[in-house]
Amino acid sequence: MIDNPVLRIIAKIIIPMILLFALYVQFHGDFGPGGGFQAGVIFAAGFILYGLVFGTEALRSAVPPAALRLLTAFGLLLFAGVGAVTMLAGSDYLAYNALAHDPVAGQHLGILIVEFGVGVTVSAVMITIFLAFAGRNDP
Amino acid sequence: MLIESVNIFLLALLAVTAIAAVRLRDLFAVAMMFGIYSLLAAVMFVLLDAVDVAFTEAAVGVGISTVLMLGTIGLVGRYERGSVRSSLLPLTVVVATGATLIYGTLDMPHFGDPTAPVHQHVAPAYITESPQQTGIPNVVTSILASYRGYDTLGELAVIFTAGVGVLALLGLRRRKRPGKEGVGQ
Repeated sequence: MIDNPVLRIIAKIIIPMILLFALYVQFHGDFGPGGGFQAGVIFAAGFILYGLVFGTEALRSAVPPAALRLLTAFGLLLFAGVGAVTMLAGSDYLAYNALAHDPVAGQHLGILIVEFGVGVTVSAVMITIFLAFAGRNDP
Repeated sequence: MLIESVNIFLLALLAVTAIAAVRLRDLFAVAMMFGIYSLLAAVMFVLLDAVDVAFTEAAVGVGISTVLMLGTIGLVGRYERGSVRSSLLPLTVVVATGATLIYGTLDMPHFGDPTAPVHQHVAPAYITESPQQTGIPNVVTSILASYRGYDTLGELAVIFTAGVGVLALLGLRRRKRPGKEGVGQ
């Protein structure tokens, strides 16, 4: 597929747009539809398109599998860590009110951080699964 | 009236797509049918005003899982072998299970009934109080990340476990084993 100029050029044009849209969905989830799960999947879709057009080897050099494994754990730990922080602040697990002086600001901050954790883990897992499936037949 | 006819049209298309996916032997075409099915389901969710769910269905069902199915077809071959066994017993089991499930729905409140228990419990409090408590206009996000934070953490743990499981089964193929040249590459 790497020889097809139409696919290569179209992919190069739309992959940045996909990634940008994923970031929009991630950080605009408070106001419109979307959130960490959707953004993570869309972000991963950009990388998967890259892997489909340019080959899984190119995708592996763009995002090393070791980094993906780290990110997979990082997102979940970030989410769980927010709960630990709220407990250290003297409140219940995942009670974001304790994150800031103003309860509403604390809620906002907590939701933003945990959604980011969700997005990171989801996109890393999706790319990992794609590489595990599509990379099996590589030489 | 218009929305009912659109719903009936979409549900009919869903049924046609599902039957086509079962009948086809070409797994590439089956993967495409599943993609179409997910797209139709996403449209249904939009009509039900569940935009966040539609978003997920469109991204996961149409995009990622189609790609993963195509990747699997690349590993296992494109055509399904016809089954020689009789399909009478599976058909009986499926029909009996489906009939039981439909019988079970008869006791449920009607679709969209405002007096249903699910709309009487915590939902009104979430809808009226979440903008003041969280400062976030999208009530889906505030329920998902804040009121139901434990559930979402659990969901994320499920996705994490899925990734670890796939890695354990299929990934980490680069390690060469001595004496098994070419195996696992």
